[in-house]
Formats: sequence, structure tokens, C-alpha cells
Amino acid sequence: MTVQDIVNRCQALFDDLDFQAVQDWKAAAAGRKAIGYMPIYVPREIIHAAGMLPVGIFGGGDQLEVIHGDAYYQSYICRIPRSTIELGISGRLDCLDGMLFPSICDVIRNLSGMWQLLFEDKYVRYFDVPQNYRDDVGGSFYIHELQQLRDDLAEMAGREISDEDLRQSIAVYNDNRRVIADLYALRAKQPWQVPTSEVYLLLRAGMVLPVEEHSQLIRDYVAAADAEQRPRRDNCRVVVNGVFCEQPPLGLIKSIEMAGCYVVDDDFLLVTRWLLDDVPLEGDPLENLSAAFLHRSAATSAKFEPDKQDKGRFLIDQVRDNGAEGVIFAAPSFCDPALLDRPMLQDALSAVDIPFTAFKYAENTGQLQAIREQAGTFADSIKLWSA
Amino acid sequence: MSKAPSTEVIKEPSMLKQKAMIDENFKLLSTANEEGRKVSSTFVPGNLNELLMCFDLARNFPEINALQNGLRKQSGRFIMEAERNGQSEDVCTYVKSDLGMMMQGNVGPTGDPLPDPDVLVLSYTGCFTFMKWFELVREHYDCETVMLHVPYQADGKITDNMRDYVVKQIKEEVIPTLERVSGVKFDIDRLREYLRQSAKAEDDLVWILQSAKNKPSPIDAFFGGVYYIGPIFTAFRGTEAAAEYYRTLRGEIQERLTNGQGPVTPEGDFGEEKFRLVVEGTPNYTNFREFWKMFYDEGAVVVASSYTKVGGVYDFGFRHDPDHPLESLADYCLGCYTNLSLPARIKMLAGYVEDYQADGLLINSVKSCNSFSAGQLLMLREIEKRTGKPGAFIETDLVDPRYFSAANVKNRMESYFQMLQQKSAPRAA
Repeated sequence: MTVQDIVNRCQALFDDLDFQAVQDWKAAAAGRKAIGYMPIYVPREIIHAAGMLPVGIFGGGDQLEVIHGDAYYQSYICRIPRSTIELGISGRLDCLDGMLFPSICDVIRNLSGMWQLLFEDKYVRYFDVPQNYRDDVGGSFYIHELQQLRDDLAEMAGREISDEDLRQSIAVYNDNRRVIADLYALRAKQPWQVPTSEVYLLLRAGMVLPVEEHSQLIRDYVAAADAEQRPRRDNCRVVVNGVFCEQPPLGLIKSIEMAGCYVVDDDFLLVTRWLLDDVPLEGDPLENLSAAFLHRSAATSAKFEPDKQDKGRFLIDQVRDNGAEGVIFAAPSFCDPALLDRPMLQDALSAVDIPFTAFKYAENTGQLQAIREQAGTFADSIKLWSA
Repeated sequence: MSKAPSTEVIKEPSMLKQKAMIDENFKLLSTANEEGRKVSSTFVPGNLNELLMCFDLARNFPEINALQNGLRKQSGRFIMEAERNGQSEDVCTYVKSDLGMMMQGNVGPTGDPLPDPDVLVLSYTGCFTFMKWFELVREHYDCETVMLHVPYQADGKITDNMRDYVVKQIKEEVIPTLERVSGVKFDIDRLREYLRQSAKAEDDLVWILQSAKNKPSPIDAFFGGVYYIGPIFTAFRGTEAAAEYYRTLRGEIQERLTNGQGPVTPEGDFGEEKFRLVVEGTPNYTNFREFWKMFYDEGAVVVASSYTKVGGVYDFGFRHDPDHPLESLADYCLGCYTNLSLPARIKMLAGYVEDYQADGLLINSVKSCNSFSAGQLLMLREIEKRTGKPGAFIETDLVDPRYFSAANVKNRMESYFQMLQQKSAPRAA
């Protein structure tokens, strides 16, 4: 397969708002179930161990006409809940047997209650995660939450989810995290070979494909990308931050690249890279998932930073580890977590002389010219003045 | 056409007492640094006031500063100051009002300077924005921060796991931090005594709020309710002063009840009660009196509100319990209104419409608070469906005057009252 073949497949999956891939997966064997989840993070290993398909729901993008969704929300709110409601009301999510709403912000939290009311026949769970990172305090709470999810899914599956099932699923997701880490490393090393618009589509494919298939798809892409030589441009290298929940339109990502920026790290679709290392296979699997969450997970606006001195440290490391020259803060309109975090992150960057620029978007932003000009000016300023 | 609000405001003795208590707390805060008194900053929902008192800490509430600045028409300039310093126009205006006040010298709403905190107690109940708020405040101070993460009641109940988690954090994180900051050793018997006082005040508060079940209602449970909840939601829960305040208030309301009187408004007696409403959401503080006037000019009294439950839900039996001090603090935190699931909130409000014989439900959706606002339109539909009573929906903000459009709000309110009037009128044969 060529790069273009793979990208075309991912683009088709991305464009399909009816989740045909999920329907096909379910239809391939009797009794299969699919569980949707919203940003930022859920332990997909548990869903997988139940024999179910985890399906990432990241809003409706810029191709979905929101008709019903607007009637459920006030004027001042981000767009992802509107389009997610639209997906649900219009029957596009009928293929899902349940939905998980992770603890990220008040909007997603309240959406869990709306889902309980609107889709009474579906399994709905608000998935709480600890903001206390001690194993004996937050960890203990979190293990109970993981166990509850395990019990619920086992009941739906009609069978126990054994420790061995969980270990096998952890191994499968460890593999997925490793191939994605390799993909990101390749992009940081040779961003002209691995455009972010393609990396993004590859990750989005992982929201609807079985994880084993997704890992293979990435391997195929990396092999295909190695086999093609693409022109290297005199672009600046940037980290994109703030895109962890409502997604920017694909055109916005392309605009950043066309404006002269190579994206060498980002916080798109963090569920794929939330846990930073392999989760150990030995010992209690839930304790291992908990410890990975508490001690080795990505920093993001939805998490409390206990130590003031560490605020912004993760982002600075992303810049330094990937040889980036600046940061583009792109946050959805009305996103309290990202927009309130931004000034603190900007201060942290300023303290170590890392340049940045910032703008807002919505998932259906159509006018990208202003963003392209802003990103282009930022790239020019780095090229001209940062040497 | 209605008159402009008169300048002379009619206040009941309890309102004056409440104002004096709050002013006294601001005074105490203003002298705390020079008198060597340690200061805590904390939030209203899920606050641990009794516990903080055990360590002789003065208690500063940033939300109270923001709303008081809103009432005094100061918040607008603070919000713009925060926006000039990098805060987005999209985010919570409570946060920006607080940050802007700090940036302009941290002089509190009463004109007294506010002290630097010695500890930020982040009791993170029912609102994610709190977490970012204290991270932002922490940037300005060199003090300890302690987080109390309160899980969300997504399934409408408090589980043992939730309670254990909160108790464990109180025991192993909050108390050791407060001991270290204050130099005072924790005394659980002192906590029990404060909780005993809390429970007394809570009994009276419930009686006061439930007095609105009478016709006419002797209170307004939203605009008047804001005054009633002031002491118990803030620095006074657990004090003898708060218990006394609620005793006094209960006496006043009992008298009005005996005399068949309605609530007291800023312009005097309420007059004829024409409409009884349940209100969901927060008040608007920048135009508080103007907003209230839109109700009482039309004879509309609020008989129950969710806002008076944001700092604690007491009307279904919960009380702070001296026999189970840490567990009851945990249950208190877990039970605050905005920590409840949407189905639980709907059940509560639909119950209020029935129990308080309300004519309808009004939702004030505020731009700043998604914890309240996200999902309110679905709540409206569900409550209309369950009760058969019509609802109305308006949009304002808590403390940003740019989001209060008086003409639009009034227009909607008048239309709503007309609809209620038509519904209540006898049908023509």
C-alpha cells in the first residue's frame, strides 16, 4: 500500500459520520458490542478485554449540520456537545451500546446526564478520574472506578473479564502506544515525510478501528512513508497545544502546515498517548493501569498540577525534546480548561524564551485565512528573528 | 411602564445583621496579615468552613468577593483588566473578576484591602473551573495549595468509594496541610462542636426556605434567598453567630407568616402574590435589583430555587453530624447542588414545582457557569413534561455587565408572565 492508499482509507473513515466501520465490525459476528467514549481519556483496555469495540466520539466536525443539537444548548458554549447530541439524536450513534463520558470539564460532565435522559436504553457512565495522585488515596479511588467499569462491561458481555483478559488487552494497547510513539518520533525527526494532517487522520482511524488493525495500519504507513521521498521545506517546527477535546477542522491543521509550520508534537486525540510508557503486564492489571495514570500520564488542562513549579513543564519538555522552535496555542471557543490554562502555560514558556502564538477555533470554523496568516507570520518571525 | 428602582432600599433586621456579619469578615480579613492571623482562601460549594475554624484560619471566599463586586458595579472593570492581561473573553467571569481585583491592588468590595492567603484550600466540588481558578491564583502567591477532589454524583448517589476517597483526602492531605500552615493541632472535639452549631443553623435554614410552601409565600427564595444563604454558605457556618442569625430570621418570617404577609422587597412590601415560580440557575449580580424588580413588579415571587442549594442541600435531611464529623463533611461536599447529576437536578426541581405549588419554572442561564448551564434546556423540557407547568429561559451572566441586556430579559419575562396569566385565566365557555 502507498501512503496515499492509507491516507485515503483514513480520510474515508474520518468522513463517515454514520460509523459504518463500527457497524461492519458489529455485523461480522453475533453479539458484538461497541462502547463510545469522549475525550480525553478512558482505559480502552477494559472495553477491549470485554470483547467490545471502543469507539472515540470527537464531535461532528465541519461536515455535520447541527439542527437538533442547538436546541439543547445556550448561546455561550463550545460546539462539541451540540454536535455530539446531533450525532445521537439523528441515530448515527445507534451502533453504540454504551457511552463513557470522562471527567474533563463541566460540559462533558453534564452531557453524561443528558445522555442518561435521552438514551435510556443505553449504558451510560461518567468516568471519574482522581485529581489526587497518591496511590493510597487517589489510586485507591480510581481502582474502584476501574473495577466498576469492569463489572458493568462484564455484565453487558455476559461473561467475566479475567485478569488474564485484561493483561492481554494491556499488551495490545502497549503495542499500539509504541507504534504511535514511533510515528511521532519519525514525524519529529522528518516532519516533511510525515505531515501532521496525515498523522491526525491515522490517529482518527484508531477511534473506530479495532486496535490490532490500527497498529498494523500505522506500521504500514511508516513503511510506506519510508519508501517515498517528499520535499523538505524551510518550515519552522512547532508544538500545537489545546486541541485535546473539541477537534479543529482538518483544514485548520493543513493551514498551519501550509503556513510554514511543521508540527512536531501536539495534544490531538490524547487517548492514544495518555499513558506515557508501557503498562506492566505482571501483577494486578487494575493497579497497573492506576499507577500508569497517576504517575506516568500526559499533562493537560483537565488535570490539576499539584506543584506550582511544574506548571508548563510538560509542554516545555515537548518543545525541547522535539526540537521545536515555538508553540501554537489553538483552543476551542468557550473551552474553560484550555483557555484558563493558556496564560499560565504562556508565562512558563516566556520564562524560558519559547515564542508562541494563540487563536481560537470551533470544529466547524470555515474561515481559515486569518489563522493561516497568523501561523505564517509566526513562522516568519521565528525564521527571521529567532536565529 | 414600571418605575426605576428607588434609591432607598428597604431592609429587614436580619438583612442588616447579615450585612454586618459579612462586613465584619472583610474587616477581619483586612487586618489578618498585620495581626498575624493565618488566612485561607476557599470556594463556597463544598467548603470546609468548620474544619478551617479548627485551625483559627480567617476565611476568604473569592466567589463572594466577585459577587459583592458585581453588586457594587465594580466587577466589569476587573473583568476587563483580567482580559487585558491575557484572559480570554470566553471564560468564567467570576475568575476574571477575582483576578482583575488582584491585579488592581486586591482591595476588596468593602474598600478594605484583602490579605495574601497562607493556604489555598481547593475544595473542588461541582465545578472544574475551580481547579484552574486556584492554579491561576497560586501564580500570584507563594503559599501552599491543598486540593480536595470531590467526585461527581453521576448516578445520583454517594457511594462508599466516593465518601472514603473524600475522607481520606481530608485526613491525609487537608488536615496535615492546615496543621502545618497554622501551627495549630487538629482537635476533633472542636470540630464536633462547630458541626453541632452548623446543624442548628441548617434546621432553621430549611424551615425558612420551606416557609415558601405557604400562600402567600413570606419569602422570596431566590433574590431574598441570596441574603438568607450568605452566612451559612460562607465564613459563618459552624459559628454561634450564624445559628443566632438563622434564629432571628426564622422569627421574622414566622411573624410575616402569622400576619399573612409576603416577602419584603427593596421597595417595601411585596403586594399581591400573582405568580409563584421556581428558579434554576444563578442570579445576575451586576443588575441584581433591576432583575428582582422585573419579578416583583409583576407580582411574581420565587418560592424555590436551586441557587440556594449550591453551598449545601439540606432540605432532604442531610445535616452536618458531630457524631460522624469527617464523613458528614464528605457527604456535605458530595451533596452540593452542582455536584448532582442532571436527572437528580430535574427530579429536585420538578418536586419543587409540585411541593411549592409553583406556576412554572424560570431558568437563568449564565454565560459563566457551565456547571449550571450546560443541559438546562433539556432540564426545562423534562420539568415541563413532568409537571405540566410552563418554563421560560433567559440568558445573562453572574458578574459581567456586558451580558445583561435588561430590555431583552424584561421582554422575555413579560411574555412569560402573560402566558402564565392566560393559562391561569378561566376558559371562556
